[in-house]
Amino acid sequence: MEIRWYIGLAVALFSIGVMGVLTRRNAIIVFMCIELMLNAVNLLLVAFSKMHALSPVGLTNPSVVSNAQIFVFFIMVVAAAEVAVGLAIIVMMYRNTHVVDINFLNRLKN
Amino acid sequence: MDNVLQMVWLIPLLPLIGFLINGLGRNSLSKRMSGIIGSGVILFSFLLSLYVFFNVKGGNSHLAHYFNLIDINSFTIGFDFQIDPLSSLFLLIITGVGFLIHLYSTAYMHEEDGKDYAKYFAYLNLFVFSMLLLVMGGNYVILFIGWEGVGLCSYLLIGYWFKNVNYTNAAKKAFIMNRIGDLGFLLAVFWLLNKLGTTNFTDVFANLSKLSTTDITGITLLLFVGATGKSAQIPLFTWLPDAMAGPTPVSALIHAATMVTAGIYMIARSNVLYNLAPLTQEIIMWIGLATALLAATIALKQNDIKKVLAYSTVSQLGFIFLALGTGNYIAAVFHVMTHAFFKALLFLGSGSVIHGMHHEQDINNMGGLKSKMKITYITFFIGCLAIAGIPPLSGFFSKDSILIGAYEHNKIVYAIALFTACLTAFYMFRLLFITFNGKFRGTEKQWNHVHESPSAMTIPLIILAVLSAIAGFVNIPALFGGTESLTHFLSPVIQQTHQTTLSHATEYMLMGSAVVLILAVISWAYFKFKNYEPKEETSAFGKTLENKWYVDELYNSILVKPLQAIAAFFNTIVEKKGIDGMVNGVGKVVNYGSRQIRLLQSGQIGNYVLLMVLGILVLFIIQLFF
Repeated sequence: MEIRWYIGLAVALFSIGVMGVLTRRNAIIVFMCIELMLNAVNLLLVAFSKMHALSPVGLTNPSVVSNAQIFVFFIMVVAAAEVAVGLAIIVMMYRNTHVVDINFLNRLKN
Repeated sequence: MDNVLQMVWLIPLLPLIGFLINGLGRNSLSKRMSGIIGSGVILFSFLLSLYVFFNVKGGNSHLAHYFNLIDINSFTIGFDFQIDPLSSLFLLIITGVGFLIHLYSTAYMHEEDGKDYAKYFAYLNLFVFSMLLLVMGGNYVILFIGWEGVGLCSYLLIGYWFKNVNYTNAAKKAFIMNRIGDLGFLLAVFWLLNKLGTTNFTDVFANLSKLSTTDITGITLLLFVGATGKSAQIPLFTWLPDAMAGPTPVSALIHAATMVTAGIYMIARSNVLYNLAPLTQEIIMWIGLATALLAATIALKQNDIKKVLAYSTVSQLGFIFLALGTGNYIAAVFHVMTHAFFKALLFLGSGSVIHGMHHEQDINNMGGLKSKMKITYITFFIGCLAIAGIPPLSGFFSKDSILIGAYEHNKIVYAIALFTACLTAFYMFRLLFITFNGKFRGTEKQWNHVHESPSAMTIPLIILAVLSAIAGFVNIPALFGGTESLTHFLSPVIQQTHQTTLSHATEYMLMGSAVVLILAVISWAYFKFKNYEPKEETSAFGKTLENKWYVDELYNSILVKPLQAIAAFFNTIVEKKGIDGMVNGVGKVVNYGSRQIRLLQSGQIGNYVLLMVLGILVLFIIQLFF
């Protein structure tokens, strides 16, 4: 399978994620889109890792093949931690204001 | 000889000490002490000057070098004093007349507060110090230091009653006109330094062959510009009548006897230089003559006692420059000496009148004062005789030597000068008769107040009257069998190679006709003014004379108004809009910018995320393409 398909899919997923973060009002949806962006990046990293393994450099020294895949693990761990903290913040906000609308929460103004 | 060098530095130092004591201690010194200190130092300087004079008369000249003011590769300028016949003569005049005027001032300024009194004497002492530096200087730079000093003191003393804005304007005018002349002087000094590398009198006069004719003409012309400012010649003379705003003893000392003679001293000192520049001498002669005539015509119609004397001073200075222009340096110095005596006498006499009339200066309100102010009247009369040139008073000898020198040079110049001398006699005697003869025209209260002045004022008057009468005998020409002692005395400094070529008969005729004309003019003045009634000036010519030929108005429209317009332009356009605009503009830009940037902080999380995305995009593009 050509690498083009994987790049195209990852870019599409990422841009959908970006549009979602910029456009949606619900904080939880924004979080979902952030996760979407992270997963798109993971996909791209795995695809490149496989491509690298089949390339001439990867065939000569097989130890560099799994570099990107290990990085994917790191990203997943960070995503999990970030979701935990972010959802905790959203729950606190909801308890105080009973909305999760980000346009409503502009106390940082001025 | 070494004796003289050991104490010659005391002569200017004593007035400087007087200045410091009176200036710094003015709040605590009593009036008596200030007067004693102020006059005493001048008296000591006078005694020292006498000693120096007799030493120099014995045939010695001294050059005292103290330290180097400027000492660089190309040239050195030292702090030198040159004591020779010319400077010792001027030393005597300055300290002698100065002391008499200090003595007079102790009584004249008596109404001032203690500290203003001390301030007055401090300024006067500073003036004498500067003038002594001027005449004792051994090079053009020390002369210039004294030159500037007397200009400064003139400003300080004219504006002595500084609370009156007219007086301070007059002081400003005097100082600024002096400065214009000083520019010419400085340019001449720079030119000399450039061409010869020295400003010492002895060195400059020895090396004149190194200068080209244009050099000499240029330097002498520029020096003369300096002299026009200091000695009130056309075109820089209008400050002197306005300077009468100062106290009368100041007018006597500065504007009659000493400061205005600084220009003449300088030219007499540089006589070797001027003898090589006939073009400049012609110019000096014509300007002196024109000034003399102009001032004499204005004095005919003035009604303030001091203004008449001020214009008389300008006119007499014009005569002296006429003498300098014809190469007759001895006559010029002689007339400076006699003029110092009789003009100081006339000014002090007018001060006595003003004192007696309780600060009234308009002669239309005076008259018939001779019965109540006898000493003032007699001394003033002697002064008028001297200035008119009646033998055997001093004015006759000095003025006649000027006129004879002019006759030999150019007959037309002689005719105009003779006419001016007649005008001099006329306006002076007009002043005398209107003030002292006839009927008193003031109020009853004023008449009761009129009194003879105290002895501190009349004694200087008497001494000066005696000097005005006998001072002519120092230079009796060979015509009368005299020895011309002044000419011989000054011969080491002033080489008057020019001996008179006229026959004795011609000289007698010239002198005689001058005296007869002057006596006729005086008797005409007597009959016209002995019972004077003031009336409005009606004729157009009379009005022009009364308004000083509108010279001040001319200067005002040609020079002052354009300058003020330029200054106003710079103030509104360049200063307010340009420079202030730039400085305020920086503040305004920062203000505006910060207001706009503050709007970014909207508090909307969506906005913040958008900005983050945009920032990453920009960084990405920069990294890819640059």
